[in-house]
Amino acid sequence: MNTKNKIVTENLVLQYSDGTESLKDISLNIPANSISVLFGPAGGGKSTFLRILNRLNDLANVKQVSGKATLYSDTGELLDILAPDLDVTSLRRRVGMVFARPVVLPMSIRQNLTYGLEAAGERNKNRLNEAVDRSLRQAALWDEVKDRLDDPAVDLSGGQQQRLCIARSLALEPEVLLLDEPTSGLDPISTGKVEASLQVLKNNYTIILVPHSVQQAARAADYAAFFLQGELIEYAPGKEIFTHPTIQQTADYIEGRFG
Amino acid sequence: MKPKHSPARRNRTQRLGFFFLRLVAIVAVIPIIAIIAYIVYKGAPALSWEFITGFPSDGMRSGGIWPAIVGTFFLTMLCALIVAPFGIGAAVYLSEYAPDNRWTQSIRIAIINLAGIPSVVYGLFGLGLFVIFLNLGISILAGSLTLAIMTLPVIITTTEEALRAVPQSFRVVSRSVGATQWQTVRRIVLPQALPGIMTGVILGLERAAGETAPILFTAAVFFLPGLPSSVLDPTMALPYHLYVISTQVPGMSPEIQYGTALVLLIFVLGMNLVATIIRSRARARRQW
Repeated sequence: MNTKNKIVTENLVLQYSDGTESLKDISLNIPANSISVLFGPAGGGKSTFLRILNRLNDLANVKQVSGKATLYSDTGELLDILAPDLDVTSLRRRVGMVFARPVVLPMSIRQNLTYGLEAAGERNKNRLNEAVDRSLRQAALWDEVKDRLDDPAVDLSGGQQQRLCIARSLALEPEVLLLDEPTSGLDPISTGKVEASLQVLKNNYTIILVPHSVQQAARAADYAAFFLQGELIEYAPGKEIFTHPTIQQTADYIEGRFG
Repeated sequence: MKPKHSPARRNRTQRLGFFFLRLVAIVAVIPIIAIIAYIVYKGAPALSWEFITGFPSDGMRSGGIWPAIVGTFFLTMLCALIVAPFGIGAAVYLSEYAPDNRWTQSIRIAIINLAGIPSVVYGLFGLGLFVIFLNLGISILAGSLTLAIMTLPVIITTTEEALRAVPQSFRVVSRSVGATQWQTVRRIVLPQALPGIMTGVILGLERAAGETAPILFTAAVFFLPGLPSSVLDPTMALPYHLYVISTQVPGMSPEIQYGTALVLLIFVLGMNLVATIIRSRARARRQW
């Protein structure tokens, strides 16, 4: 498979203010237009790694971050993600994030979707409506909400809210989509819908997913990275790592000997 | 583990406990009901259209209290216009922008101390700074400024509380789609905190409306032939008027005294009612 890299990270180290070291020397390449899965037990550093990629760690009590992370943008430019003078609001539009608990803003469905675009300065009603339409279809939510776009988003069910959160990120037409345990609160049917839409989305976006189970990881992964206690233990294509892991710890985790 | 007392005994103890708690709750409510009932009973006969809209005559012994009502209204309104931007702005800064360091902690301690200063001390401070030093004289402006300083800590505290009640997850989501800190505050945090902020402002103003000491030296006069024509004029005011006619005027009819007290009470309870309505409607419409 001819894969060019979307994100390249080198020697990432992150330490929180309370002294806990969250990432110890992570070097990982994320290929474009694929689903890369970061899996492993809790506290492994997976969420921390995600939050470095859209600089959301700026909002937390981080003592120190070092290393290099580069985004290979669709426009051809190379963005140094950790650069202090980087325009982070622009980065966050290119690298979207979906969190574990669906958090809808206290507004209508439509306003939730146009919020990011309006913050970026978009005023054209047609473009905003087009974004609402497109993102809801991409998130497999259009049919369920097309008649009530101006209703409060909080009235939706949990699964619908989470798909709305996915649509909210997609409305900005990002290049990368980060998903941190997006289906952990969802029933199996909603989970299935989300996983199915990710398979379609990867054709146009690069997806990095932290799954809530090893099974989900195995279902979704084109590439998978095993994180343990802040270290990257093993990284390989999905087909290989879940059937023939090369490192003992990876095998132990996948087979449920610890977790 | 076997309990020490029988179920019957424990049941009795519990019921006794609840009985005393209920008693205490009722006792706590009695004073406010008693005050309102008493003032309504003694003051209602004085209430009439002439009383509310007329001017005092015969050395305050008859006539109306319209200038005092208007004066209290102007003082409260001007106080609101001054204190709201500063108080809300300070609270937004402290809550959303200020880093958690020594400097910020000192500001918070200063605010707490400000809240504890007796109102008569504010009055004296207002006399020194606004009336004398800034040469505003005894005026609505000096009185409102003094009331504003007195109300400031309350506004800052209740606004901060309202801001803090807005879920942190909204801010994180907003930042994650590329909004700036200011956009997040302006588009999400402030609008969601607004009912709480308004309630806090109204309750703060309620206290300002009813206080005598801060306006004693800075704004209030016993008698004006007409209504004040500018903010640099002195004014009559309900709390001060009530104080004077209850202590300084011989031959005052108690009916008028209680009538004045009743008007002030209605003014203040009315503000309370508005605040309660805002709060309950906001709670019903809240989308979180």
